[in-house]
Amino acid sequence: MTPPASTAAAPPPHALPADPLLEIRDLTVHYGVIAALRGISLSIPAGAIVTLIGANGAGKTTTLRTISGLIPARRGAILFAGRNIVGQRPDQIVALGISQVPEGRLIFANLTVLENLRMGAFRQPRRALIADDLDRVYQLFPRLRERPSQIAGTLSGGEQQMLAIGRALMSRPRLLMLDEPSLGLAPLLVAAIFEKIAAINRDQKTTIILVEQNANLALEISDFGYVLETGRVILAGRSTDLRRNPQVRQAYLGVS
Amino acid sequence: MTEFLQQLLNGLSLGAVYALIALGYTMVYGVLRFINFAHSDVFMVGAFAGYYLNRWMPSDSMAGGLAILAGSMAFCALLGVVIERLAYRPLRRRSRLNVLITAIGVSLLLEYTGQFLFGAAPKPFPQLFPVRTFQFAGGLIVSTNQLAVLVLTPLLLAALHFIVLKTRFGTAMRAISFHPVAATLVGINLDRVISFTFALGSALAAAGGILYSLNYQSIDPLMGVLPGLKAFVAAVVGGIGNIPGAALGGLLLGIIETFVNGSRWSTATDAIAFALLILILLFRPAGLLGKLEVEKV
Ligand SMILES: Nc1ncnc2c1ncn2[C@@H]1O[C@H](COP(=O)(O)OP(=O)(O)OP(=O)(O)O)[C@@H](O)[C@H]1O
Ligand SMILES: [Mg+2]
Repeated sequence: MTPPASTAAAPPPHALPADPLLEIRDLTVHYGVIAALRGISLSIPAGAIVTLIGANGAGKTTTLRTISGLIPARRGAILFAGRNIVGQRPDQIVALGISQVPEGRLIFANLTVLENLRMGAFRQPRRALIADDLDRVYQLFPRLRERPSQIAGTLSGGEQQMLAIGRALMSRPRLLMLDEPSLGLAPLLVAAIFEKIAAINRDQKTTIILVEQNANLALEISDFGYVLETGRVILAGRSTDLRRNPQVRQAYLGVS
Repeated sequence: MTEFLQQLLNGLSLGAVYALIALGYTMVYGVLRFINFAHSDVFMVGAFAGYYLNRWMPSDSMAGGLAILAGSMAFCALLGVVIERLAYRPLRRRSRLNVLITAIGVSLLLEYTGQFLFGAAPKPFPQLFPVRTFQFAGGLIVSTNQLAVLVLTPLLLAALHFIVLKTRFGTAMRAISFHPVAATLVGINLDRVISFTFALGSALAAAGGILYSLNYQSIDPLMGVLPGLKAFVAAVVGGIGNIPGAALGGLLLGIIETFVNGSRWSTATDAIAFALLILILLFRPAGLLGKLEVEKV
């Protein structure tokens, strides 16, 4: 028997196993005067898949954007491998080993598939390593291997998502963050993409933060989950426990 | 027929210069979505850099001329990087209007610093390449200076084409131009690529300045104003942000201008040339090769 998920309003970060790769403490972020994050704390264990779920506007994307250095934190700390990364530029954060597949994918539609992937390795000076990484991405997504010189904007939605993930992998991240990778994809494709995400975590030992509207699937492949509501963490725990939690079942899994 | 060819040749060599300047406007617009009004003065500084380099080590050969050209391009590349670093980068997150006004300020600063340092009076521009004229059958006349423009410009354009399409920084320029946030998220250092873009554009403007001065043989601190304005218009006509478009727009403007100038409407050359360009924009609002894009806020 695993203990039931904590239902405290703001669970302490040590509710999750120690040895976090990423730890967020009391992070507050504002857009102008509007508070988007009101003091959230997260702990992402090395090697785990952690999902953030929550309704529209809960602050999931804001959390990822702040980790990536796109928006300044008003208060709090973001520790990556024990080091505070608040205030670093986005490209420096990529260099540290954090890579993001943003909401809406944002692939470079005017570049070819291969150019997109090469841009993912922008900071990698060693050609041999780039070739290795390319091969790894192609092994993961054979469809990309078939069309290196296709203009990315002409790819299908599923292929674009593969490209976005592949591009993020080209920087050899230790932490990969995905913002709604299932958005706009047919159910069959969603299952395929989630399988790939699990494979990346399993085979490359990449730690993953997965933001999803599709809470069912996300809790299925993740080890831990956080539930966000209007800029706060309202629930946290093992995914298996969260899936049984009545509050989660009712609000996010569509079970009454 | 010879008359036509001669005019075409003259038009091409003028248009090549416009193209070289227009590229800098369009590349900076591509990555930063703003018009660098100081660009026309970098063109002027390029000419003066050539003038002073030649005083320092006078050129008497092909190689000497090319060395001066390269020196002036390097100097202006550095100048472009410094201008961006000091004047534009601190305002990166401000409104575009602020940056635009700053650009006009930098432009005036360069012009008046030029007048202070070099004097307002025109200076004769030296012959950097051995002077010769070639006469072809039918009476077509080509000077080495024109030849320099007609040979060097395609080479520079080819080099630019290669850089933009085949190198890491060139690809990053295109990535930034498509979506700067996505570019930083994959690890591209925006500052470095923007510096690179300014260096590239300014080097081409310097080349334009030298090639222009070779054929007009007189330089002064305000010499950039009119060619700069025309090159800007050429970039817009080609489709601002579009690199082949800028080259095309420049060549087109040079040719139109030369032909009107050779006709009996020559007193209204600029008016007619601009009217034609406005006509093009009426039918193709995004420019010849540009795509309409919704202004992102
Ligand atoms: N650029 C912005 N300016 C002002 N407010 C913003 C901005 N971006 C987000 N917000 C606000 O911040 C809050 C959190 O938004 P965020 O995008 O992080 O939510 P989310 O959990 O990712 O939602 P969704 O599931 O719809 O993607 C929302 O109230 C949103 O309106
Ligand atoms: Mg979101």
